[in-house]
Amino acid sequence: MKQHEQLFTPRRTARKITGVVFYALFLSAVVLSIAGLLTLVIQVLIEGVPWLSWHFLTNYPSRHAEEAGILAAMTGTVYLMVLTAALTIPLAIGAAIYLEEFAPKNWFTTIIEINISNLAGVPSIVYGLLGIALFVSWMNLGRSLLAGSMTLALLILPIVILASREAIRAVPDTYRQAAYALGATQWQVVRGVVLPSSLPGILTGVILAMSRAIGEAAPVIAISALVYLTFVPGSPLDRFTVLPIQIFNWISRPGDDFRGIAAAGIIVLLVILLSMNAVAIYLRNRFQTRSEE
Amino acid sequence: MSIASNTPSAFRRTGRRRAAFQEKLVKRIFFLCALVSVLTTLGILGTLLNEAIKFFLDVPVWSFLTGTQWSPLFSPPYQSFGVLPLVAGTLLITTVAAAVALPVGLATAIFLSEYAPERVRKTIKPILEVLAGIPTVVYGFFALTFVTPMLQKVLPELLVFNALSAGLVMGLMIVPMVSSLSEDAMLAVPRSLREAAYALGATRIQVSLRVVVPAALSGIVAAFILALSRAIGETMLVTIAAGATPKLTLNPMESIQTMTAYIVQVSLGEAVHGSLEFRTIFAVGFLLFIMTLVMNVLGYFVVRRWREKY
Repeated sequence: MKQHEQLFTPRRTARKITGVVFYALFLSAVVLSIAGLLTLVIQVLIEGVPWLSWHFLTNYPSRHAEEAGILAAMTGTVYLMVLTAALTIPLAIGAAIYLEEFAPKNWFTTIIEINISNLAGVPSIVYGLLGIALFVSWMNLGRSLLAGSMTLALLILPIVILASREAIRAVPDTYRQAAYALGATQWQVVRGVVLPSSLPGILTGVILAMSRAIGEAAPVIAISALVYLTFVPGSPLDRFTVLPIQIFNWISRPGDDFRGIAAAGIIVLLVILLSMNAVAIYLRNRFQTRSEE
Repeated sequence: MSIASNTPSAFRRTGRRRAAFQEKLVKRIFFLCALVSVLTTLGILGTLLNEAIKFFLDVPVWSFLTGTQWSPLFSPPYQSFGVLPLVAGTLLITTVAAAVALPVGLATAIFLSEYAPERVRKTIKPILEVLAGIPTVVYGFFALTFVTPMLQKVLPELLVFNALSAGLVMGLMIVPMVSSLSEDAMLAVPRSLREAAYALGATRIQVSLRVVVPAALSGIVAAFILALSRAIGETMLVTIAAGATPKLTLNPMESIQTMTAYIVQVSLGEAVHGSLEFRTIFAVGFLLFIMTLVMNVLGYFVVRRWREKY
């Protein structure tokens, strides 16, 4: 009995106390993040709501805070996103289909795969440098909408490819085999079976990647610089500005008024972001219930 | 009678040879799509190297890497190209961010994976996802207009632009990344290990800290590394809140400049394309690219090398 006690002391109370203390620590870590998020949102709302108005949404920037609006940035964002999506989606789906359905298992495929996951970790400002050198200077596109969207497309390409691959992988093999058994060729299987059933998943990935692109400022700022635009871009070769750049511009000006409209701009940006995320979550839920049927 | 003559005409509409050609063509097109990602990497390397090499023809690599004075935008007698102040600024911010994000992220992950009931987990995870999805300009705004004034009440000598509040907010920003990657690693630890420990009379905290965390350590370390690499490359937050004064200092209360913020500063400015001043951003960008690449590779290596297989 005595020997027993030397080998093992229960220390019940001590263990219970450690348990409670650590539980409190873990819980406070969670609370800390949530409180951080709440403070951020509340701070933005307090500063920004008084500045939100119809006038703000429908006017061009101005030297006077009370007259400034966000129209050029909002339309710029929409145009940039449409162009980026048009460039990214076909490329990403094509690459994902190749890697999941066609690629032979060899060293080159491995290189492509490693390369894609590495690209996802490259800082976004580096893509901005690529854009400056390749699209703005070398291809002579200037600081244009097109150069910006090509840069952003390359930036989100790895994210969309990874998401699309996951969606394609989730299509049960039995679907493919059924189609092959009917005599379908590989392309027919991809077009008629794999793509339709993975589309919601791919779409979710696209929307999430786009919501990343919408808030991305660093590479776009390197491409477009800070411009004072009082027009809506009319062609892909026009100069442009987007919401995050406009917000950055206002933040970096002195004065409480500009801080207020910066916050108002942030509210607009966050509303767009949240609604995109809501659509993605809706699609994901629909997709999940379907595949369980 | 052959089978072919029985098949309906709709089936025969596409000739075999045409179908085979189409198959090949489609495969080629998809291959080209996949190739774009490889070309992107080559493009990044190519453009960065191209401009960086031109830069290093004028400024010796060694004096770039070891110089302690960074003033490339000054006129020649005062011009100096020592990148260390920018690197120090970047690492200073990253250290502050790590001091927040690593413990908080890990604790959050342990809470979510070992303590939280499913219902709580399902409410907290989307909140963390929102936190991860907020644009970095917004975090910059938060750091500059809320965190810095708050800190100044406690630390009156704190400057308006400072490494401390930028680092703290960046910590908050990368918490979701640390927690979700670490949680994934912990969820991969088999139940049987936990149950064995519980059967021996271990408390929940003992199971969490002595069984689950060690078993998931490779994934947790990889999460730390990837989050720090993200912090190193983060741009807008530090551009807005940390200042634009390159300084070799360990004091987070001071205004500094990070590598990323410098790149933004020059690309916004008047520097002429092709000038030496303009090329500095490619040299700095190349260094940044190498730093994050090394960390990302290290992250994958940790996962592969030390993963416990169950």
